[in-house]
Amino acid sequence: MAQSATTTPEAPRDSVALRAKRLSRRRNTRAALLFISPWIIGFLVFTAWPIVYSAYLSLTDYDVLNDPSFIGLENYQEMVEDPKIRLALWNTFYFTVLQVPLYVMVSLGLALLLDKAGRAAGFFRTAFFLPKMTPPVAVGILLLLLFNGQDGLINTVLGWVGVDGPAWTTDPTWVKPGLILISLWSVGSSVIILLAALQNVPQELYDSARVDGAGWWQQTFKITIPMISGALFFIFIVNTIAAFQTFTEAYTAYFGAGNSTYSNDAALFYVIYLFQQGFEFLNMGYASAMAWLLFVIIMIFTAIQMLASRRFVYYEGEQR
Amino acid sequence: MKSAHVRWLALIAATGLSLAACASGTADDDTADSGNSGDESEDAGSAFAADAELSGDLSIMGFSLGDEIAEVRYDEAVAALGEVDVSLAEGELDIQQFLSSAATGQPPDIIYANRDQIGTFASRGALLPLNECIAGEEIDMSMYREPAVEQVTFEDSVYGIPEFNQVQITMANAGLLDDAGLAIEDVNGSDWDAMEAATEAMMEKDGGKLSVIGFDSKMPEFLPLWAKANGADLLSEDGRTAQLDDPKVLEALEWAVGIYDLQGGFGDVKAYRDSADFFGEGNQFATDVLGAMPMEQWYVNVLNDVSPDVDMAFDTVHGLDGATLAFASGSAWAIPAGSSNPEAACRFAKTMTTVDTWMAAAQTRADARAESDKPFTGLLTGNAVADEEIYNAFVEPSGSEVWDAAIEATYEANDHTFSLPANPADAQFKTAWQDAVNRVLNGQQEPQAALEQAQQEAQSALDDAWATWDEE
Repeated sequence: MAQSATTTPEAPRDSVALRAKRLSRRRNTRAALLFISPWIIGFLVFTAWPIVYSAYLSLTDYDVLNDPSFIGLENYQEMVEDPKIRLALWNTFYFTVLQVPLYVMVSLGLALLLDKAGRAAGFFRTAFFLPKMTPPVAVGILLLLLFNGQDGLINTVLGWVGVDGPAWTTDPTWVKPGLILISLWSVGSSVIILLAALQNVPQELYDSARVDGAGWWQQTFKITIPMISGALFFIFIVNTIAAFQTFTEAYTAYFGAGNSTYSNDAALFYVIYLFQQGFEFLNMGYASAMAWLLFVIIMIFTAIQMLASRRFVYYEGEQR
Repeated sequence: MKSAHVRWLALIAATGLSLAACASGTADDDTADSGNSGDESEDAGSAFAADAELSGDLSIMGFSLGDEIAEVRYDEAVAALGEVDVSLAEGELDIQQFLSSAATGQPPDIIYANRDQIGTFASRGALLPLNECIAGEEIDMSMYREPAVEQVTFEDSVYGIPEFNQVQITMANAGLLDDAGLAIEDVNGSDWDAMEAATEAMMEKDGGKLSVIGFDSKMPEFLPLWAKANGADLLSEDGRTAQLDDPKVLEALEWAVGIYDLQGGFGDVKAYRDSADFFGEGNQFATDVLGAMPMEQWYVNVLNDVSPDVDMAFDTVHGLDGATLAFASGSAWAIPAGSSNPEAACRFAKTMTTVDTWMAAAQTRADARAESDKPFTGLLTGNAVADEEIYNAFVEPSGSEVWDAAIEATYEANDHTFSLPANPADAQFKTAWQDAVNRVLNGQQEPQAALEQAQQEAQSALDDAWATWDEE
């Protein structure tokens, strides 16, 4: 009671202050939500709802033109038995496993060179980025020209050093390597990201290392790569997702405008087969099931990469 | 505090989901209402009649005003619609765009599609049967070429009005034939042994690399042609049974692929073919790097334009029985279910393909060719009467036996066409046989195994699609 008597005069003041604070926070929250609501509505309508709806469609027989009819897990069962799913998955894994590390290494190599380019860096930065502006459809056509087995530039150059180049665009063994190489056409954006990361590495670290007698290799592997590991990880993870979803260049070169009837199984990537099922064969229910399988696969790989990043990626200011 | 946040989020989420659900729900309802029925015009209180005054709007998808043939006919068709406000989204038919618009219940009023797409769309209720349109507008379907009409006829109903026709003829480099002591008859398809010999005789290699292609059998696209030449069809007449494992199809595939093997394999021939300036002055015939090939008739115009002096020989493609044959493909006008103005669409399709309209277009083309001192090589349409009248009125000896032979071969081929019947799984069927040919060409499978796999895939797709249709 005594305690209550001593605290009573303070209580209304606290209560008023608290209420004012709450009111202010609520106003701020309301304003924030109001400003962000266009995005939230867009996200719900154009992203969340299609995702949810595609999950439902994956359980239906749906030809786009007529109402979907519920068939349970039949599409998923059919996928297990579909040899083209296995082929498309194999092609996609093959492409991802080889393309992503190569892409990151080439990006890093070019970024390291650019970092040393001095005054000319601006020109080269633009030059490396320009190919990224090429539409992917054009890159698909470019592939057919550059890798033409008869007189493509690649085989011509190989011929100068006495190598008889393969039939890149028709031999199933060489179709995927050709696509992997042409994907390097667009390393420009990754190079720019890595270059920005490189330029943020404190010079004092290199100075100290040099004083201690560290050479270029040691500096690169002990300072540079750890210090830009965050950017490297970003490029790695984004390109892994993109590689799983690779479509345009291969479709243009082997299934679309570049070839009206000629196609090559070796280039049948998962998303190409998904597109065929959905928009050419009008099996949108099956295509939705395929999309969900791809989503799960990408999610698993991303989760693994995130876990691995805890060990290999360094973020400045991070406490370990 | 937390509960307030939750309320806000719930409100926004509910609004978004409601909006999305509204859009989706409307789409499904409309599609369901408009699909699988041929009575929309009646429901809307409309009537097809040749003398009816038309009004409203007409939206067109899939057509381009690329040349005078298109422009003249388009102008005539628009004029025939009177007060109708016509809008044209130029460009090839975008299937995704069409399907999306159909699914949302707002399809274009008329589409310009490949004839082989008609069966698939029709079977899913995406198109109106044109029986009432044909009767009301008094369209004389007997004018149209039978194979073309068959391609747009699904389960006894016509779903499209045929427009252009494409056929193949044999095109050969006369100089290379002469040098090898050969004649056009040696490469026209009538004797496969002779063609193999001609291929080897004209083919040349330079330092191990192919420098002259003797004969290009144009695989995979021409498998139906070579199968027919050997007496086989890829699909039964009713469109229900795949016949890809027919021994005659196998024989045709082995022979056509064998032509490439004689020249170092498909990879070499394709790479060399792809490196050519197909549409330019440096084309394979002008540069003497191709002996012969079957090709669609439009390429005659290309050759005549870019290399008029090239020494060519032309003939139709022949079957092993010696008869002329050509695999017909082409375009057609179709009216989507849910079209808001089917009467105007019907009148438009009719006018675009009547004899008078084709004649007006041919006159303009012939005048243009004469102005540039080039021969008029004719027009191939799905309308047999128009073809004949155009030929009689505008096709004249050009002064060059070479190009006259090309025109004669084209018209003769057009009178001896065949086509694959309309079916509800055309894309899967086509993919099955083309993939099979490609697996053989790429060295991944033997011809027999490839065709057996294709037969299974194609029949399975046909069975599924037909089962859905039969149930409905």
